[in-house]
Amino acid sequence: MAGDNGQPLIHARGLVKRFGELVAVDAIDFDLQRGEAFGFLGPNGAGKTSTMRMIGCVSPVTEGTLRVFGLDPAHDGVKIRARLGVVPQLDTLDMELTVRENLVIYGRYFGLPRRELGTRADELLEFVELTERANDKVEPLSGGMKRRLTIARSLVNDPEVMLLDEPTTGLDPQARHVVWDRLYRLKRQGVTLLLTTHYMDEAEQLCDRLVVMDKGRIVAEGSPRELIESYSTREVVELRFDDSRPEDFSYWTDGLVSRVESLPDRVLLYTDDGDAASHGLHERGLVPESVLVRRSTLEDVFLHLTGRSLIE
Amino acid sequence: MSTVALSLRPLEFFFAQYRRVWRGTAVSSVATPVFFLLALGVGLGVFVDRSTELPGDVSYLDFVAPGLLAGAAMQVASFESSWPVLSAIKWTRQYHAMLATPLRVGDVLAGHQAFIAARLFMTAVVYLVVITAFGAVRSPLAVLTVPVAVLVGLAFSAPLAAWGAKTELETSFVAIFRFAILPMFLFSGIFFPITQLPTAIQWFAHATPLWHGVDLCRQLTLGDVAQWSALLHVVFLVAWTAVGMTLAFLSYRRRLVR
Ligand SMILES: Nc1ncnc2c1ncn2[C@@H]1O[C@H](COP(=O)(O)OP(=O)(O)OP(=O)(O)O)[C@@H](O)[C@H]1O
Ligand SMILES: [Mg+2]
Repeated sequence: MAGDNGQPLIHARGLVKRFGELVAVDAIDFDLQRGEAFGFLGPNGAGKTSTMRMIGCVSPVTEGTLRVFGLDPAHDGVKIRARLGVVPQLDTLDMELTVRENLVIYGRYFGLPRRELGTRADELLEFVELTERANDKVEPLSGGMKRRLTIARSLVNDPEVMLLDEPTTGLDPQARHVVWDRLYRLKRQGVTLLLTTHYMDEAEQLCDRLVVMDKGRIVAEGSPRELIESYSTREVVELRFDDSRPEDFSYWTDGLVSRVESLPDRVLLYTDDGDAASHGLHERGLVPESVLVRRSTLEDVFLHLTGRSLIE
Repeated sequence: MSTVALSLRPLEFFFAQYRRVWRGTAVSSVATPVFFLLALGVGLGVFVDRSTELPGDVSYLDFVAPGLLAGAAMQVASFESSWPVLSAIKWTRQYHAMLATPLRVGDVLAGHQAFIAARLFMTAVVYLVVITAFGAVRSPLAVLTVPVAVLVGLAFSAPLAAWGAKTELETSFVAIFRFAILPMFLFSGIFFPITQLPTAIQWFAHATPLWHGVDLCRQLTLGDVAQWSALLHVVFLVAWTAVGMTLAFLSYRRRLVR
């Protein structure tokens, strides 16, 4: 099968997407191997969707090289799309058709025979726990159910790679966990996952490897653990103040922590030993309203790399 | 995998969507011709036939019926190619769903227009049956009005799809219906020969696809076919369709591939 023999499934070099003057994706490089779960993490407008749409062969590459399954999207879009499963950022379900019809008709776009699609649709509805809603219209389903249906729909052609653009944005925590669980199962079955998100916990839960994107560029790459190790400390002390917030922290924190990040609502102190640091502060006489010691997350990595938080 | 097969795949979606409304359209596709023929052919026709002579010495019923068939094709096609196109781009976003699969822009357009052609075919068959029941068909050549009606419809649906994929202004269709489709319906020789109209308007009518469709359908149901003029009508309708499809393809590509 094309794309194997150690050759990456998706290969991008100097990939650029421009909309007129605006540079949405600014010369990015990455490779995706079969079986990996790979994430694009970044704030609004970072260029995640633009990248996904180029890979999905629905948006032409402006410049650079892109190969999907070793094929060029400019010439082999039909062949490539036949092997992809796409969950777009905005659902494209037909609200007036039933849940089951949405699956069957989408399968017909792939030229799959009707008989086969009947069984396939039942299996997929089972997988995303929508069997009871099979004959209901899509319109009244909850956001989480619609998202699960979109995921089921993207699996109808048994794709080798799934492109998931913000699979859980807008879902409540419980619905997100259901989606994560299903994606995790797919990954174990050997499906390659490529997803975008601005949720740190999602990236940490699902991705073996990720890139942090900002303003069209890749600013860091690695496993979640590697990123935290190279761009943050082991622990973070979060301080909140009422009115008595000091202007300058260096007096209190010098020699105690490796870095200070001052946000409008709180102050973050980066250190490998949070307890020791907060103890030190106390000895120096700093009394914040609250002190929280926690492990470092990708959020901290992002803050460090871009000086902004991911979700405002 | 042949190109034709890919282009037919969207059909199933449009038929599934149509199944939701088919009862309503089925009733109206029978009721509309019955009402029109009763009011115009039978009602008004009595007065027309008494007072004046139509070209070829035909009754008003026989005169108006084939024109109404062509007019109906225009209306069905215009409706099916306006809001449904906008909807598939902006609201249900079904075109985007299709484009994420092996289907290409050309397939999406061809598939949608193929569905419209199928709708036109059904409408035309029903219309022809009703006309025949009213006794307004004089020649077996009348069966050819069915493919002609499909062609008339496509000559409208193709350029309208081009506009639908271009416009950001959904109300522009209201204006098109009011200031283009309705006047064409009234002044393309359906209800009276366009020789009644000032020359300038006659020329205008000759430029629109509807007049050619009306005249061709009339030649066929009356069994009075003038070969050269019939051929010219067909060429004209095919040209409108071909230009419309090309514009639609360009407009779809600009809108959907970004
Ligand atoms: N079709 C388009 N036409 C013009 N500009 C576009 C188009 N699509 C995206 N852009 C611009 O490209 C930039 C990147 O957008 P993109 O949608 O790729 O970001 P994103 O990382 O997916 O953001 P979000 O998290 O908000 O989904 C933005 O500035 C956006 O306005
Ligand atoms: Mg996006």
